[in-house]
Amino acid sequence: MIREMFRKPTKWSVMKHLILKDIDDLIIGSLGIVAFIAFFVGGVVTIQTALNISNPLIPKYLVGFATRQSIILEFAPTFISIIMAGKVGSFITSSIGTMRVTEQIDALEVMGINGLNYLVFPKVIALMLYPFAIAIAMFLGILGGMAACVYGGFTSLEDYIIGVQMDFTPFHITYAFIKTFVFAFLLATIPSFHGYFMKGGALEVGKASTTAFVWTSVMIILLNYILTQMLLS
Amino acid sequence: MDQCHDHPFKLYFNPNVIKLMIEVKDLYKSFGDADILKGISTTFEKGKTNLIIGQSGSGKTVFLKCLLGLFSHERGSISYDGKVYSQLTEDQKRDLRAEIGMVFQGSALFDSMTIAENVMFPLRMFTNMSKAEMEERADVVLKRVNLSDAHHKMPSEASGGMQKRAAIARAIVNNPKYLFCDEPNSGLDPKTAIVIDNLIQEITDEYNIVTVINSHDMNSVMEIGEKIVFLKDGLKAWEGSKHTIFKTDNAVVTDFVYSSNLFKKVRKMYIEENQ
Repeated sequence: MIREMFRKPTKWSVMKHLILKDIDDLIIGSLGIVAFIAFFVGGVVTIQTALNISNPLIPKYLVGFATRQSIILEFAPTFISIIMAGKVGSFITSSIGTMRVTEQIDALEVMGINGLNYLVFPKVIALMLYPFAIAIAMFLGILGGMAACVYGGFTSLEDYIIGVQMDFTPFHITYAFIKTFVFAFLLATIPSFHGYFMKGGALEVGKASTTAFVWTSVMIILLNYILTQMLLS
Repeated sequence: MDQCHDHPFKLYFNPNVIKLMIEVKDLYKSFGDADILKGISTTFEKGKTNLIIGQSGSGKTVFLKCLLGLFSHERGSISYDGKVYSQLTEDQKRDLRAEIGMVFQGSALFDSMTIAENVMFPLRMFTNMSKAEMEERADVVLKRVNLSDAHHKMPSEASGGMQKRAAIARAIVNNPKYLFCDEPNSGLDPKTAIVIDNLIQEITDEYNIVTVINSHDMNSVMEIGEKIVFLKDGLKAWEGSKHTIFKTDNAVVTDFVYSSNLFKKVRKMYIEENQ
């Protein structure tokens, strides 16, 4: 499928509109839910960490440190990607699957248009902007943690900020974005595959969306393990 | 050809100027152990409305999809203007497909585009026309199919008949050499079905193209069937026209075509009138 996606490319004048539309649908359209989840889960991570540090010898600024590490290393790239597998993945599978069921993909093929290039390639390119959504999730997660920490009375703002800045390793950001690029590719291709090659009717579109979500999540978790082993150990 | 320029719509009545366009030889297609097409040979000529008819499960849709290249066949050949489809490269196949217009059973309009955008789609993909030129061309074909007031409607806002007409407009906008229609009347009321039938026949005449229609609507058969290929169990059981189908004594054809009492009476009257 991936090789065929690059054959007989669609005219650039058409392709650029498809890419912009997919950026709007897949990235811009997801920013709201990404921001909402990141902010509040960031807050929950901070509260849980603060409540579990009962030893008075452990400095309070470790709450900020733990929150930053959790959000940058795992929560933003992996947890948000699994949520996006549900939101973006099922959107891609159901929209392409419906086009298959209603013969719109056959119509493209009959016209001599490479359906995979026309439908899947713009999504792959659009999702290359996915790291921007993850960067926003990282920022808002830490911000949510700060709000929960300060307004919940767990630590002072100064302690939280000291913790967030403590022992910062820039490679962790690189690691997170390498993962994000890989997950973006999975988010574009696995749901597209399940939509494009599905057979049947409306019921099968629903089944294909579910299958696509399951397989995308499984692949994200597996590759998360492999990439972490390769890049951090 | 030259001698007929004054009468382009009558072109197909002159046997000397008919040019063979699609030739099918000994076509076989199976899915697993099930043989769907078992050696079909026929020709579809320019300027004629060619109908493929048969019962459900007779292989009509598979045959049409083989003609379109959506299914690959195991044996036999399909030639477009003498070019054997299976011998073409992928790029040549795509170039050939750009000369094909197709009206799908469910219209297959792109639901994210308006009707005008759907009609302009082949022009955007295959021509270097400016936006104004594309809009002008879309306007012409939409007027041709009596949809001049539906430019900005989304397919979901259009009726079944309007969707079919929009699909026909999209199929002819790029001046195709071949027009394929898969059950163009399905889901339409009898009056709209006749409008669609007549529209397809008029377009076939005007554009002088090869039109192949997959149908099991007997009204269409009697109305526009200039050539009829009857399939049964993956075989060509009969071939003729709307005129000869009245006279045939092929039991398989008469069982299918004259299954209703109304058509039995029509056939009887036709034979009596022509005796």
